[in-house]
Amino acid sequence: MIEFDHITKRYDDTEVVSDVSLTVEPHTVTVVVGTSGSGKTTLLRMVNRLVEPTSGMIRIDGEDNRSVPEFELRRRIGYAIQGHGLFPHRTVAENIATVPTLLGWENARIKAKVEQLLTLFQLDPDFFGARYPHELSGGQQQRVGVARALAAEPNLLLMDEPFGALDPIIRAKAQDDLLAIQKHFGTTIILVTHDMEEAFRLADKIAVMDKGEVLQYATPAEMLVRPATPFVEALIGSSERPFRLLAIETAGDAVEPGGAEGEPIPATLSQRDALSELLWSGRAALPVAAADGAVIGKVSLAGLVKRAARPE
Amino acid sequence: MASLSNLARLSVLLLLLVFLLQPIWFEPLLRPLVQANAPAIYNRGSLFWLTILHLRTVFIATVAATVVAVSLAILVTRKAGAEFLPVSRSLVNIGQTFPPVAVLALAVPIFGFGEKPTLIALFLYGLLPIFENALTGLTTLPPAVMEAARGAGMTERQQLFKIELPLALPVILTGIRLSVVISLATATIGSTVAAKTLGEVIIAGLQSNNLAFVLQGGLIVAVLAVLIHDALQGLERALSSRAHV
Amino acid sequence: MAIGIIGDTERKPLAFDKLGAIVAALAAYGALLAPFATFKANRIVQGETRAIWEALPPLLGYGLIALVTVAAVIALLRTPLTVRMASALAVLVALCFLAGAAADNLTPPDNAYARVSPASGFWILLFAFALLVADALTRLNPGPVVRLLFLAAVLALVGGMLFAGVWDGLSILKEYASRADTFWAEAGRHLTLALGSLAAATVVGLPLGILCHRVDRLRNSVLGVLNAIQTIPSIALFGILIAPLGWIAAYVPGAAAIGIRGIGVAPAFVALFLYSLLPVVANTVVGLAGVPRAANDAARGLGMTDWQRLATVEFPLAFPVILTAIRIVLVQNIGLATIAALIGGGGFGVFVFQGIGQTAMDLVLLGAVPTVVLAFAAAIVLDALIEMAASDRSQGRAA
Repeated sequence: MIEFDHITKRYDDTEVVSDVSLTVEPHTVTVVVGTSGSGKTTLLRMVNRLVEPTSGMIRIDGEDNRSVPEFELRRRIGYAIQGHGLFPHRTVAENIATVPTLLGWENARIKAKVEQLLTLFQLDPDFFGARYPHELSGGQQQRVGVARALAAEPNLLLMDEPFGALDPIIRAKAQDDLLAIQKHFGTTIILVTHDMEEAFRLADKIAVMDKGEVLQYATPAEMLVRPATPFVEALIGSSERPFRLLAIETAGDAVEPGGAEGEPIPATLSQRDALSELLWSGRAALPVAAADGAVIGKVSLAGLVKRAARPE
Repeated sequence: MASLSNLARLSVLLLLLVFLLQPIWFEPLLRPLVQANAPAIYNRGSLFWLTILHLRTVFIATVAATVVAVSLAILVTRKAGAEFLPVSRSLVNIGQTFPPVAVLALAVPIFGFGEKPTLIALFLYGLLPIFENALTGLTTLPPAVMEAARGAGMTERQQLFKIELPLALPVILTGIRLSVVISLATATIGSTVAAKTLGEVIIAGLQSNNLAFVLQGGLIVAVLAVLIHDALQGLERALSSRAHV
Repeated sequence: MAIGIIGDTERKPLAFDKLGAIVAALAAYGALLAPFATFKANRIVQGETRAIWEALPPLLGYGLIALVTVAAVIALLRTPLTVRMASALAVLVALCFLAGAAADNLTPPDNAYARVSPASGFWILLFAFALLVADALTRLNPGPVVRLLFLAAVLALVGGMLFAGVWDGLSILKEYASRADTFWAEAGRHLTLALGSLAAATVVGLPLGILCHRVDRLRNSVLGVLNAIQTIPSIALFGILIAPLGWIAAYVPGAAAIGIRGIGVAPAFVALFLYSLLPVVANTVVGLAGVPRAANDAARGLGMTDWQRLATVEFPLAFPVILTAIRIVLVQNIGLATIAALIGGGGFGVFVFQGIGQTAMDLVLLGAVPTVVLAFAAAIVLDALIEMAASDRSQGRAA
């Protein structure tokens, strides 16, 4: 659990973060969204003390983050940034081994960890381990950047626009991978982005920041239904609202009893994608299949339209 | 292609060594350049030893300049030394407008004749390109890499030795290479203040109007400079080809 | 709730400036412990050193110490930049005047043999406060015009002091007095060598650079050869050129008549010319390569011929980079021309090497100081011109 307790950061006379208090639950993904200059990156960097707050306190699992030397604190917290920041003079394996080496792990343990992570990120350890970062594609570099951040098995992972430099298709894949890995390790993630789409895709809770203040801190559904300010509403984009609402839940959550004609859609598909399938196939309903392929019911156009409407 | 030029390098090096150890074999080549009774091969000392002494002077001055220049560059790029950064940049710019000969000439009144003023002049002048390049290397590190190093929990010392210096190394080496080439040339002029270098051969030739002396002294230094320049450049390439940013 | 205390923008009331601390330490050493002037009974013998209070009349001596003290304290504390600079400049001007005064004070009347020169204390003080001026100037970051005016003011002040005879008692000017004619002749030769070879290199190097830019295969070989020439030490190149030029003088009819000789100005000129080619050609290539593709395409699309494009688009855009090459070459040539003296080419090197030969350090200084001043002035002037050319270009872009 990470608690921001009345955090303020001032540079000379400008306040970049103003009295922010919020609590991040363990094992969740919290996305901080805002325009550039909103103070979101500064807020993130105060967690691992790359920036020191002017006033206020940040507690990690109840403990003031200033109670240990900063370099020790940072070794416990994963950190992934835009443009990956891989060390160009070190191989992929050496890059991933950075924090374990700093922590003095045994060689065998480091080696095993590097292989595990590379495999998890679908990079062949034998092929990629000895490569230098410049030999990798942008998407591969980014994956290595996240793998490096996770190498010392941190409970908390901070990510600053980690997918900002990727093209849309690779970005979508990277986001899916991140969610899978978050489930795998149960890591608490705080991620900063300016991309609302990304926020809705990843977040358990979203914090919207503007001019140093947190305007709203809520679950995606709540934020859609009850945006706290016109700014939040504008950021969500009014024309996107129904689709974002549908994107939050899966087709499995919208299953109605009964059968339908056509190719079954997987229950894990988002309701938004299910709607898309319905519209494209020109049918009023499609069967829904569970992971084992068994049909568990149907989703209907009418049912989804009802779900996309503003809840009372 | 690469092996061919390596072959060329090797043969130039061998030719140089043979010339230094058995200059008399080349006497017929140089004979036409001098008057009938004048010696065609430098006869007031061993060319080989002069070369060794020349290289020794350059080596000592460069090592000292590298240690001092890199330490200073590290100092002014830390928080504690940041106040000195602007002035050290302008000092380097000003210093490089000083001609090497002037530095040598100005060292003589303070340190007298011989090896000492030459070493001091080579050291002082050698500082500048190394310091400038070390400064460039240490101040133009990719911000994302430094951010990642800090975020990974490296201490300042670990950042310096594991990230900053290795990444700046190719640029620092370029500075050392520039410095060595300048020093090889300036050491020659050191002979005008009685330092034992290859300049002795050239100056003896100029004084006694012996073109063969001038040519052999000049060519030895030139070949040394080209070989060393080439070797250091190869080293830089090898280092920076890995560390693509 | 804990409050984080961050003090990076706060200033303590009595904060010391780190550079100021070094300047103050140097000033204390230079003023109190090191000798201010050296007195020699004649130009060859070992000198005796004199501290400030021995070298100067009491009023001036203690006045200087007081001034240095005030300026050192100003440097030590965090004072405004302009105040620091003004006080440092005041010390520098006082030092210049008092060096002359020390010479007049120490030289016995009607003694033409005695020599007085500034000693380590003087140079340390000069260095310390020049450092302070350099720091203040760097931080104030004046524009090119202001820098040029500043240079002009300094040169005018130094010229005025020379003309007024403030330094006539100093040994370096006594050396000058006994060879005033040769001094100006050598100065002329020095400048001819440095500027003439630059001009020749520009005339040859620009077209060569343009050619290299257009013809890929030529580029690598030309730059390779020029790079190799750069690595040959100057004294060696000067010497090596004696052979072919001597041959030309002997066997090519008319060559000797136009001044080509194995030794003398000709090999020096050719050597400087060869050294100058690399920066000019390389920067022309770099400058032209840096011209935005869009600008070139637009020029082609507008129907310009290759020549029109070169003259109206490429060359103006590459100009600041080419000017940078001229700066490098000029500063380098002013220094290298000193070495021409070793092969009879003349220039300020004549005094340097004569002085070294006679162990007369004042004579060395007579050659070295003008060389350094020239190189320094050339660097400042051309840096200013480069900045103006570059800002013209960027303004042109914005418009």
